[in-house]
Amino acid sequence: MNSLKWLAGSVLVSALVAGCGQQAAENAETGDVVRIGSVAPLTGPQTHIGKDNENGARLAIEEINAAGLTLGGKPVKLELLGEDDQADPKTATIVADKLLDAGVVAVIGHLNSGTTIPASKRYHDAGIPQISPSATAVAYTAQGFSNAFRVMANDAQQGKALGEYAVGKLGAKKIAIIDDRTAYGQGLADEFEKAAKAVGGEIVAREFTNDKATDFAAILTNIKGKGADLVFFGGMDPQGGPMAQQMKRLGLAAKLLGGDGLQNINFIKLAGADAEGVIASSPGLPLDAMPGGKEFKAKFEAKYGPIQVYAPYAYDAAYVLVEAMKRADSSEPAKVVAALAQTDYQGVTGPLKFDEKGDTVGGAVTMYEVKNGAWTVLETVK
Amino acid sequence: MTNKIMDIFTQQLINGLVLGSIYALVALGYTMVYGILELINFAHGEVTMIGAMVALTAIGVLMGLNPELPGLVVVLGGVLVAIPACMALGFTIEKVAYRPLRHAPRLAPLITAIGVSIILQNAAMLIWGRQYVSFPPLLPQGRHEILGAHITDLQIFIVVLSFAIMGSLWLLVERSKLGRAMRATAQSKEVAQLMGVNVDRIISATFIIGSALAAIAGVMVSAYYGLAHYYMGFMLGLKAFAAAVLGGIGNIAGAMLGGLLLGIIEALGAGYIGDITGGFLGSHYQDVFAFFVLIAVLVFRPSGLLGERVANRA
Repeated sequence: MNSLKWLAGSVLVSALVAGCGQQAAENAETGDVVRIGSVAPLTGPQTHIGKDNENGARLAIEEINAAGLTLGGKPVKLELLGEDDQADPKTATIVADKLLDAGVVAVIGHLNSGTTIPASKRYHDAGIPQISPSATAVAYTAQGFSNAFRVMANDAQQGKALGEYAVGKLGAKKIAIIDDRTAYGQGLADEFEKAAKAVGGEIVAREFTNDKATDFAAILTNIKGKGADLVFFGGMDPQGGPMAQQMKRLGLAAKLLGGDGLQNINFIKLAGADAEGVIASSPGLPLDAMPGGKEFKAKFEAKYGPIQVYAPYAYDAAYVLVEAMKRADSSEPAKVVAALAQTDYQGVTGPLKFDEKGDTVGGAVTMYEVKNGAWTVLETVK
Repeated sequence: MTNKIMDIFTQQLINGLVLGSIYALVALGYTMVYGILELINFAHGEVTMIGAMVALTAIGVLMGLNPELPGLVVVLGGVLVAIPACMALGFTIEKVAYRPLRHAPRLAPLITAIGVSIILQNAAMLIWGRQYVSFPPLLPQGRHEILGAHITDLQIFIVVLSFAIMGSLWLLVERSKLGRAMRATAQSKEVAQLMGVNVDRIISATFIIGSALAAIAGVMVSAYYGLAHYYMGFMLGLKAFAAAVLGGIGNIAGAMLGGLLLGIIEALGAGYIGDITGGFLGSHYQDVFAFFVLIAVLVFRPSGLLGERVANRA
């Protein structure tokens, strides 16, 4: 009995040792593995958008690996470590530490501004570059971190465009603003308010909800009482969908206007017929008008299904990062950060250059309206 | 102008009434179980969620089989699948998670209840994914105007159905043989057993009835908001639990009253707090407002609005 156990044990141990040896041999053959982190919510209400971001980055990394990458004369294989921050600021820092422990040299993420900002402190302390595909809060790049970049127009650019559009093009006179109290929603709403006021719009109500709520009847009724002709919502589609329905239900005839958090397929699914006529903006150009949009769409959809919203930005973020590594001829974080600042890259989403803060230079904002159950382009504003 | 203010007030009352009816229906499940076992069944909110998810799956299948079916029939089909599914779930939860702990310290079943709730959430996430699932627009969307306020067919339906269910549950507990056995079990399990009441069966029946109500509530919530997701049961359960406590937990009429009150307080609170405080406090204090009233009531009436003081309990 005893000897049998011993025998089984030794077989197991030798198998393990053999396994380890094999792995080490593989590593030697393929050269260095460089780890890059990707963070987005992969559970919770924003999963569909989070997975979209990760897939965008993954597609780029797979292409780069397939094409082969050489840094400092050595072949390098990139490995993307996908992590889930649950769209939660606390989890974001935990995940950031986890990635730093795993030895990542750069991070693409996070998705939300609320998670990107607390995590950016960790990446800054570790000195590794961070490129967010979709965090648009002004505060992210206003911290003076030289390692923080983003490839999308920020809230100041987007909110300003939305505010001017609401008053100038849509002719809104009495405006109600709702935000979901997240860094993204609140930031966008604040910028919208500033811009709308500057061009003569009157703000008749400022209401609040949260990013888990589904009932907006009370605040919408209040807005109706104030006679608003336009409701601006700073938030995401899981709230925007039911909000559009409840506006119709209450007989609130105001137009619903939102930012890029609403401008996705899921919003139309959730709002159903009540999505008709809703207007939302999205930073950058429409997919069809992007220089590499058609090609990207074909590649992405063959692998992962329909694009939700930010995948092309995550894809560009990954390419911008690797392109900086190539110019630095190293994956050493300090050198990559310096190279990133000099970026001048023609991406799928358009030309990418960073200003001294790490913001994208000259980001365009495009307005969309739901017509016949699909987002259709109204116009692109700068 | 005063007319308009009145219209808005009526609208807020209607908003609160609809929200409150839903809370009340879920609160009944908490209160029934608490009345009999003195156990807070934290998994009840998740049973509601499972009800909504199962119904949506069934609705999807029905629409796939025959797209010509009228919307009401499809939804009814979904409900008829969800009810037995939730009944079976409620029965299993009690049998597996609570019955073995019936004589354990009171904290033990409370912790398993939280455990069951987490298990159900994650199981739902695995089965239905993490996305928000949209509820197809199958139900009549007719809109009416009453006293300057808007109310839809669906809202009227929700309120009427909730009251009908609450009424029949009250009748069941107060007038039927099963109800008498339930009340006897609530008073004393031991004595009820001596009188020939099969206590195990009565407790199972309580869970089964509560879960059936949860299934209906789940479908109503997802139809009303047009969506369902694996996390929806959590906040709904918490609010319904607060409603049950507000009305006096263990008391069926209390659950109804508590649910309606909580809904109306929330609507009026969120609607007016900004104006009353001149923008100092905004509508983001919606939940705070509701729970503040809860605390205030409990300070003066610890057993809730309709709860009886039972010295030898709790």
